[in-house]
Amino acid sequence: MNLNIKYFGLIAEVTQCNEETLEITETTVYAFLDVLYEKYPNLKDKDFQIALNNELISKNELITGSEIALLPPFSGG
Amino acid sequence: MTRYSRHIVLQDIGQEGQNKLSQAKVLVIGAGGLGCPVLQYLAAAGVGTIRIVDFDVVDISNLQRQILFGTSSLGINKALAAKERLEDLNSTITIEAFPVQLTSKNAIKLFYDFDIIVDGTDNFATRYLINDAAIMCDKPIVYGAIYKFEGQVSVFNYNNGPSYRCLFPFMPNEGSVANCSEVGVLGVLPGIIGTMMANEVVKIILGFEHVLSGKLLCYNSKTVEITTLKIKKNQREFDELLKQKNKGINEYKSELCSTPIKEISSKEVLLMDNIQFIDVRDIYEEPRFDLETCIQIPLYELENRIEDIDTSKTSIVFCQSGMRSKFAVEILNKHNITNCYSLKGGLHSIIEALK
Repeated sequence: MNLNIKYFGLIAEVTQCNEETLEITETTVYAFLDVLYEKYPNLKDKDFQIALNNELISKNELITGSEIALLPPFSGG
Repeated sequence: MTRYSRHIVLQDIGQEGQNKLSQAKVLVIGAGGLGCPVLQYLAAAGVGTIRIVDFDVVDISNLQRQILFGTSSLGINKALAAKERLEDLNSTITIEAFPVQLTSKNAIKLFYDFDIIVDGTDNFATRYLINDAAIMCDKPIVYGAIYKFEGQVSVFNYNNGPSYRCLFPFMPNEGSVANCSEVGVLGVLPGIIGTMMANEVVKIILGFEHVLSGKLLCYNSKTVEITTLKIKKNQREFDELLKQKNKGINEYKSELCSTPIKEISSKEVLLMDNIQFIDVRDIYEEPRFDLETCIQIPLYELENRIEDIDTSKTSIVFCQSGMRSKFAVEILNKHNITNCYSLKGGLHSIIEALK
């Protein structure tokens, strides 16, 4: 399945892009993240939340739909 | 009123809406990149009472984005400098400046009388503190945060909606997110995000629909892309906080971008209301400073005369040069009196300023 992935803030700096499409076979968010951690080892020590189809979800949910986003907290003001 | 004619002529606002604005009380925490535009638009819109909490002073590196301030504000506390400028913008509203750090001890007291809390701070510790205190006293938060070229906006704890902890349940590990002074920020960005925050404040006051609650707006200034993500409410986050309400708020280890001020200049003192002077020199020292609002407590007597200090007022402690008064402020802090400052340059600086 093709998954469109969006990266925000500090996460986009690690991945060096705001968006990319990956073909995945994993069905849970956790399994998908392991694939990403392999591709981008520096993601491991970053804090972020996951949004699936523009809705924030917990990491043990199943992947449905075609869009996922990695959202880090911002502290600046 | 001519001042608000462009509001009143709008069918959705009218005189009734303008009255709502003038009766509203908004607390803005942080008068920095986000706080400045929020304050400017709220003061201009005629929000009746605005309270500003910020302990930091205006630095030359702030002027690239904090356009409420000018070079004449350099070195002045931000809450006080903002108050002075905003009073010029709109003298018909009440503006209160609190040049203090928000802590778990003063948060509830500062929030209590206010309708809306605006989070324009620059560190996680204060953001979690604001969230927890706002839930405990049931106030909505208008939230904004920025990183380099990107910003986030949301409204939390509004009409039974989700909170900041529903979005980010735990405070991030130290070092996993860069600190504000270490990373740059596009000057225009806080202007955009802060203005969006001011817009949400006004919408809440006017009772408009479509308040940005249950949603996080993410803005990227480079790609001009806006992504809106839905946030689900996690009732457990509320229950946990309400359960520990009597125990008070957790204090988080703060990674503040600067340290709270203990000293204040005579120029800043002149901008403050509700103050008392404390002369910690010895009784015989000249020149005398005879003001009704001044009490004399020589430094060596201070620890035994703490009760003589009116804690409802901000204490300005002074001596001849500004050294003993610094020590006196430490003593007062030890006795939980934090609403006090040492006068920089001692008595002579205030005499000069009063001339």
